[in-house]
Amino acid sequence: MTEQSSVDRFGRGPGLFGPHRRSGLREEGARGALIAFVSTVVFIGFVLWLILSSDTWPAVQNQFFNWGHFQTAWPAVLSGFWLDIRMFLLAEVLILAIALIVAMIRALRGPAFFPLRLLAVTFIDLIRGVPVILLILLLGFGVPALQLPGVPRSELFWGLTALVISYSAYTAEVYRAGIESVRESQRMSARSLGLTQLQTLRYVLVPQAIRNVIPALLNGFVSLQKDVALVFVLGVREGVRAAQIYNSRTFNYTGYIAATVLFLLVSVPLARFTDWYTDRDRRRKQAVGG
Amino acid sequence: MSVPKLELRNVQKAFENKMVLHDVDLVVGHHDVVCLIGASGSGKSTLLKCVNLLFPIDDGQIFLDGDEITAPGVNPNQVRQRMGIVFQAFNLFPHMSVLDNITLSPRKVHGTDRPTAESRARELLDKFGLGDKVDEYPDRLSGGQQQRVAIMRSLAIDPELILLDEVTSALDPELIAEVLNLIRNLKEDGMTMVIATHEMGFARDVADRVCFLDDGVILEQGPPDRIFRDPQEARTQQFLQRIIEAGRL
Repeated sequence: MTEQSSVDRFGRGPGLFGPHRRSGLREEGARGALIAFVSTVVFIGFVLWLILSSDTWPAVQNQFFNWGHFQTAWPAVLSGFWLDIRMFLLAEVLILAIALIVAMIRALRGPAFFPLRLLAVTFIDLIRGVPVILLILLLGFGVPALQLPGVPRSELFWGLTALVISYSAYTAEVYRAGIESVRESQRMSARSLGLTQLQTLRYVLVPQAIRNVIPALLNGFVSLQKDVALVFVLGVREGVRAAQIYNSRTFNYTGYIAATVLFLLVSVPLARFTDWYTDRDRRRKQAVGG
Repeated sequence: MSVPKLELRNVQKAFENKMVLHDVDLVVGHHDVVCLIGASGSGKSTLLKCVNLLFPIDDGQIFLDGDEITAPGVNPNQVRQRMGIVFQAFNLFPHMSVLDNITLSPRKVHGTDRPTAESRARELLDKFGLGDKVDEYPDRLSGGQQQRVAIMRSLAIDPELILLDEVTSALDPELIAEVLNLIRNLKEDGMTMVIATHEMGFARDVADRVCFLDDGVILEQGPPDRIFRDPQEARTQQFLQRIIEAGRL
């Protein structure tokens, strides 16, 4: 096997769906594409035939892929899903900001900042050690039950808060990895110019760190985009909850399929984009030589 | 006798129990150019980083214009605002343009407004022949250009003193001259400098005084003519002999 490179002899990197062919003449490439196409069609055809010809398929189709039910369930699921999207966007903005603050606190050096660092580490360790769903239940049902004056009682608010807290802890670690990936000499150079620790973080380390961790942050986006649905356990009428309501009323599961389709419509392009960006990023780094 | 610009008294520094600076005494007068020579690992670089307070010293004292900068309670950021240091590996900020690299400290640390800081930076760049690189990013510059920008970055805060840490060691041979010429210009302008270097010819040419460091001690110091022609210590003689054999002097 010769040395692998993600850039082929035409200077192209990986495409949207995987690596381009890496060697060979034009005809061989065309033949390769033909083989890939034919084998894919044959394979998928075979699997479909297996499924569709099985004895249980009519029942499955009626339960999960019923067009009539799909149309009936769609409006409610779609409007619930729109709430998912809004939750995702709002939570992501908050997470990116809060996590950055936590990561910066954690990156401060010197004994004077020990209490702050301890606080950041404790926050990260505790939150990461608890299942998200547990946090959602705790805050979403627990806090409103306290009936504290002036404290919001909305399940949506507290469910979202739980998600933001949980994801902030994970994302803070992503940022931290990025900050630590910036060379020590950059920190030294900034400090030698008289910049304080915070200025060094803000102007020198964090901007470079963020560039290094954008792929990891994008992965977090994909994950959060699905996890917002977890607030359904609080009874919040988002997409999954809407599908569940439809299911309990009709005993048909096509509503869940409608929700599945909606999630895939957002998460698959997001995942493809993440891959594309990561590959492009890697190629750029290789081009600079490090 | 007037107060020297920089004075080190009995400075000691260890890393993980390994003594790097044993007992360093050094006096640098106003407008003096002092070159530190010696083998790799003799402590030249550590010495400069101690003066810049990037490494805390274990014992001894360092004075800048008579003020002890190693005293407890001294804010290192304020000390660093009075001196510049330039590193072997340039260490420019890769995400900033040349202009932003140079103006970062004036604007954020010294409170200079952006137009003033930028016009001062442009002046520096023009003076040292990089006026057309204002908006370039560091990875688009040659090593020699990057190092000149790094020197200008340290000049932009009008330092009382500049520390140069092997600033030509990472450069291709053909790029060394442009950096050395810039340093000669600084000497003509009267800048006080402490220079750790492997360029013996340059040291002989530019230094008012040469200090030979060996194993964390300044073993011998004097005017370059004397150190290079008539070294007194056996270790200095050996070191210079090796340099001559390597064709570097």
